[in-house]
Amino acid sequence: MSEAVVTGTGGVLPGGMKGVVSDFSSDKQSFHTPWGKAMMWIFLLSDTFIFSCFLISYMTVRMSAADPWPIPSEVFALSFGGDPIPLILIAIMTFILITSSGTMALAVNMGYRKDRKKTFWLMFATAILGASFVGMQAFEWTKLIVDEGVRPWGNPMGAAQFGASFFMITGFHGLHVSAGVIYLLVVAFRVKNGFYEERGSNYEIVEIAGLYWHFVDLVWVFIFAFFYLW
Amino acid sequence: MAYVAIADRDAQEYDHHEPDTFITKYVWSQDHKVIAIQYGMTAIFVGVIALMLSVMMRLQLGFPDSFSFITPESYYQFVTMHGMIMVIYLLTALFLGGFGNYLIPLMCGSRDMVFPYLNMLSFWVYLLSVIILLISFFVPGGATGAGWTLYPPQAIAQGTPGVDWGILLMLLSLAVFIVAFTMGGLNYVTTVLQARCRGMTLMRMPLSVWGIFVATILGLLAFPALLVSAIMMLLDKTIQTSFFMPAMLSAGEQLSHTGGSPVLFQHLFWFFGHPEVYIVALPAFGIVSDVLATHARKNIFGYRMMVWAILAIGGLSFVVWAHHMYVSGMNPYFGFFFATTTLIIAVPTALKVYNWVLTLWQGNIHLRVPMLFAIGFIFTFIHGGLTGLFLGNVTIDLPLSDTYFVVAHFHMVMGVSPVLVVFAAIYHWFPKITGKMYNESLGRWHFWLTFFGTYAIYLPMHYLGFLGVPRRYFAMGSTDFMPQSAHDLNTAITISAIIVALTQILFFVNMIMSLRSGKKSDPNPWGATTLEWQTPDNPPKHGNWGHDLPECHRWAYDYSVPGYKDDFIPQNVPASGDAPVGRDHGVHH
Repeated sequence: MSEAVVTGTGGVLPGGMKGVVSDFSSDKQSFHTPWGKAMMWIFLLSDTFIFSCFLISYMTVRMSAADPWPIPSEVFALSFGGDPIPLILIAIMTFILITSSGTMALAVNMGYRKDRKKTFWLMFATAILGASFVGMQAFEWTKLIVDEGVRPWGNPMGAAQFGASFFMITGFHGLHVSAGVIYLLVVAFRVKNGFYEERGSNYEIVEIAGLYWHFVDLVWVFIFAFFYLW
Repeated sequence: MAYVAIADRDAQEYDHHEPDTFITKYVWSQDHKVIAIQYGMTAIFVGVIALMLSVMMRLQLGFPDSFSFITPESYYQFVTMHGMIMVIYLLTALFLGGFGNYLIPLMCGSRDMVFPYLNMLSFWVYLLSVIILLISFFVPGGATGAGWTLYPPQAIAQGTPGVDWGILLMLLSLAVFIVAFTMGGLNYVTTVLQARCRGMTLMRMPLSVWGIFVATILGLLAFPALLVSAIMMLLDKTIQTSFFMPAMLSAGEQLSHTGGSPVLFQHLFWFFGHPEVYIVALPAFGIVSDVLATHARKNIFGYRMMVWAILAIGGLSFVVWAHHMYVSGMNPYFGFFFATTTLIIAVPTALKVYNWVLTLWQGNIHLRVPMLFAIGFIFTFIHGGLTGLFLGNVTIDLPLSDTYFVVAHFHMVMGVSPVLVVFAAIYHWFPKITGKMYNESLGRWHFWLTFFGTYAIYLPMHYLGFLGVPRRYFAMGSTDFMPQSAHDLNTAITISAIIVALTQILFFVNMIMSLRSGKKSDPNPWGATTLEWQTPDNPPKHGNWGHDLPECHRWAYDYSVPGYKDDFIPQNVPASGDAPVGRDHGVHH
């Protein structure tokens, strides 16, 4: 590893593992991205560890709980006049959140095309979809608390950790979504008002906000899988 | 291309936006150097409080029942707050918030951190966490006495000191600290990755930056576990959830908790807690490497190995955590796994120690104050590291666990060793930070008293541990296994501890006197190669580099290159026949 591989124009770039090392350690910057985007990626890595700790802790308490775990498909069922449909609300919420990732991706595209109007409306739509997700979450919480009698410290169906994990994890995720909605709205209105025109017409911030938003969606997929489908 | 644009923009900002009022310059400052000093001063302030707490503990242990103001409750509060402050609010904040902030932009040749406003916010949120922590001394019931590991169920069960308010404020303060750390840490990592000057490849960075960089990454990945456990314990305490709390009787009454897992907390805590050891150690490793090379006038031995060792230690530190839990009840195969990884981590660590010693080998050693502290670190670190090998083995750990042997081990390896490096670093960079020179002989007194004093404290503790003297006991009383000599030893340890604590006054006197009336320092008094010593102003002004950013042409360790007029070639001197590149590493530039 120690022999020098100095390359100027026409020099040979090292291959394999050595090439990876030399790419990363080239001068000035290791990733050809703006500072803000690099920082968002690093933050999301850290945030991944937070949610991983939450989910692993939830799995641990679920496996070691002394009382039986309530059956999610029964608890999270909703009836529209007829028989209760399992997980119907969660399915709608998940669909909405995934859709919002789609509108976000379009907004990033429009941002790089410097189409301010479309960027604004797509980001606004993303924020509205996110807000409606939070709204439905509030509805779900209300139903659990008022109708089903689920509390963080106990519930009629079984293990007390069910309510504790549910409110903690979906609450923490809901805070992320709410923060994301505010973040998206701030950026969207700045796009609309020409805030970024004064700053070199640079719309990378749309992509940075989008990274955060996609991350929050991805986390939801894991919560959905591990909490509702297990 | 992006680089040129940034340089131009910064040059303009440099000309126009230098803060001019006292408030913007020294209080709400966005300058990484000022933030570094704010972080450092706050950390040292709480560190002194933690030092005084340890003296109180030693007074009780050395002279049992002689001091009416030390009750069993307050003793446990001292233990808890001493540990938590030293590990998190002093060492983590000082190494990363203090030295990280000061050194990263200067050593990488940047004007500042990439997001100065966030950096400023990081300090103020850190200060808030410190204030919350200190308030907990004054609430009803006082600070928490749960031990710095805060193990449930006892941390939030009746009977533990501070169970009403102290534990709440402690958990809240930790959560706030983690927010502050994340804001700073994102800045440090992004600055190292993305904002180095032209020619500063990763493999030319000084090891100080490497150590701080990898430690910050560890922090960003380890603190989440502490945050999650703090949130869960807050919920257990405030709204009676049962994450960590099993069904139990407390004071004769059945608690409402059921089915929680105290061991889950231990896993989360140590998943944070073990990387935390290296969050403190890696910056120390890096800084000590630079101090040794500079004052031995020799390149660091095996630079490339040193970098990979830092990375290897950082990676391994995430898979050793359960060696803190051998006595918590564990599948024997897990114990085997964690013992193995723990012993493997000794390999890159030992490699670093060998390389430090080989750096000194045949060097032109100048025994200045920073060098004394750096060499002192090698001694204490070897001692602390070797006892770590004992404790990493399950069968040896079982009898030694929760004895003074453990106390001696972790104080040697992550108490005394990093603190010696903190002193080495402060003496080493004091001329750069303040532009003044300190009093050399006061510094030497400070070193020798501290160095021998800490040995007088911790070496006997190993022996107490072998006797089986348990840690965390308020009073030993008279027992068969503790001979009178062990009690006398405890008294001697206390006297040493008081002397070491008083010795630190020398340090503060030296710093304050030198700041007021020290003689002006050269811009580069040690003849160091790294960029922070090459700034146009001493101490460096806002923007660090005047109008033009530096360019880096060589690695950080061109000391005593044959044929050059000086015994060091700064990193910003271009390679030429007169100034050959002593040794560089295989990266294209």
